[in-house]
Amino acid sequence: MAFDDSDPHRAEPDGLPVAAVKLLVAGGFGVGKTTLVGTISEIPPLRTEELITELSKGIDDLSGVESKSTTTVALDFGRITISPELVLYLFGTPGQDRFWFMWDELAEGAIGAVVLADTGRLDDCFPAVDFFERRRIPFVIGVNRFDGQPVYTPLEVRQALDLDAQIPVQICDVRERDSCRDLLITLAEHALTLAMAAT
Amino acid sequence: MSPPDGTWYDEDAGALVRPYAMTRGRTSSPQQADLEMITLVVAVGSVTRVEAATLDPECLQILATCRQPKSVAEISAELRLPLSVVKILLGDLIDKNLVMFRSAVTPDIHVLQAVINGIRRL
Repeated sequence: MAFDDSDPHRAEPDGLPVAAVKLLVAGGFGVGKTTLVGTISEIPPLRTEELITELSKGIDDLSGVESKSTTTVALDFGRITISPELVLYLFGTPGQDRFWFMWDELAEGAIGAVVLADTGRLDDCFPAVDFFERRRIPFVIGVNRFDGQPVYTPLEVRQALDLDAQIPVQICDVRERDSCRDLLITLAEHALTLAMAAT
Repeated sequence: MSPPDGTWYDEDAGALVRPYAMTRGRTSSPQQADLEMITLVVAVGSVTRVEAATLDPECLQILATCRQPKSVAEISAELRLPLSVVKILLGDLIDKNLVMFRSAVTPDIHVLQAVINGIRRL
């Protein structure tokens, strides 16, 4: 595999022969993002934090004083060694709406995203679907099986989400390793199909 | 005032030793633009005793953590330091030629094929 190392600051191929690529796991709160990462990752999921300085509410306050506060956003992630030259990282996206801006950095250069859906509250995944559609980032829908939830067919979920015909919808169980693996293969194959169509 | 655990805390300002104290108040560095969450870094060479004496404990921890290639995100998680702080400290270590880095690859057709083959083998 050829890697571009034109930047002199970058490692020589013989010094750091491994490089990384990432994909995202998105969906509403409690839909199983971190479970999926933990099921398929070769390491227990790790948590990284980013500091965010926000202007607090009421910036049009007559006092004219904009007060800032610092908060943190947590990201859970895992790792899969693809080959001696390539490592894949899986990042769970932050669930809270106010951290949308983090998604842009996360999505930059990503293979694509698995959007997990819970048929009991399907609308929780609408924002993620919308985000990836608008940015033309490859994504697949994983319909996570929850015990005691009504079971819908992939077609019913596709219609409810108003998805384009080529976007894969797959029933999954994020606690099952094979199920997670199949979902990731579906995503990577979908991304490959789109990449080949674009050339 | 100083609470029993020894950290300085002010009711209005919060913790007085903020994470950015480790970066001497800097919130960005020239190298930071090149460092993403999945940029891989590895410590290179050995740090002399003189060099070690000039490095902050957090920088020494980073060097110990990335003896094997690690992503910026992994270092942040393992050392429990915010990503932005880790990026600034790594920038210093790169400037001192103590750390090499490798930017993330673009997921082109070859990379995607490798990913598919790799996941199939799991």
